[in-house]
Amino acid sequence: MRINILGILVDDQQKALRFYTEVLGFQKKTEMPMGEFSWLTVVSSEDPDGVELSLEPAQHPAVKPFRDALMADGIPWTSFAVDNAQAEYEKLKAKDVRFLQPPVDHGTVVTAVLDDTCGNLIQICEEKDKS
Amino acid sequence: MTDIYRALADPTRRIILDELSKREGQTLFELCGRLAMAHKLTSSRQAVSQHLAVLEEVGLVRTERQGRTKLHWFDGSPLKTIVTRWPIPEGKPRS
Repeated sequence: MRINILGILVDDQQKALRFYTEVLGFQKKTEMPMGEFSWLTVVSSEDPDGVELSLEPAQHPAVKPFRDALMADGIPWTSFAVDNAQAEYEKLKAKDVRFLQPPVDHGTVVTAVLDDTCGNLIQICEEKDKS
Repeated sequence: MTDIYRALADPTRRIILDELSKREGQTLFELCGRLAMAHKLTSSRQAVSQHLAVLEEVGLVRTERQGRTKLHWFDGSPLKTIVTRWPIPEGKPRS
């Protein structure tokens, strides 16, 4: 058994697609219209056959209280691996990405937390022994 | 009613202040990450949140909302009441 798709709930699928491709640098894998919404996934350009991230519409009534609580405490539900957290932070800052937490060195990992503008906080994580 | 002495008497709360003083405006998530990674303190977020409430009550922590997120600051100004009450003498301590 393998993990092939993970979902993230987004306020607006097309806005999310722009952020995840144009700002974070992922690429679109699948876009299949399904009524009001689409089945929409992106993958990392560094690993186009890897895990897909599904940009899921955040319509369900349970989503808002759940995400409000995560946002209040600054909890990123999703984490992406980067080779160099500081370099990624500076690159994304130059694109006006809002960071809730600049890179913090925790010893074995360096993490930062950004706002995806679609209702989610995202952690970027550099594992030092891999870099 | 909590006073500053009771707030500072707890070792976890003192470490929370250590970590908050390292960077301004931390989220609960960031603070819990620092406690876990730097101090092997794996208190639940809820427990850390309760510690923060005690520290906020005595003014050692200030909070502010930035957008929809709550951020925390260390504020040392209540510590002045300690040295006002027991002034630190000038010069070297007598042996």
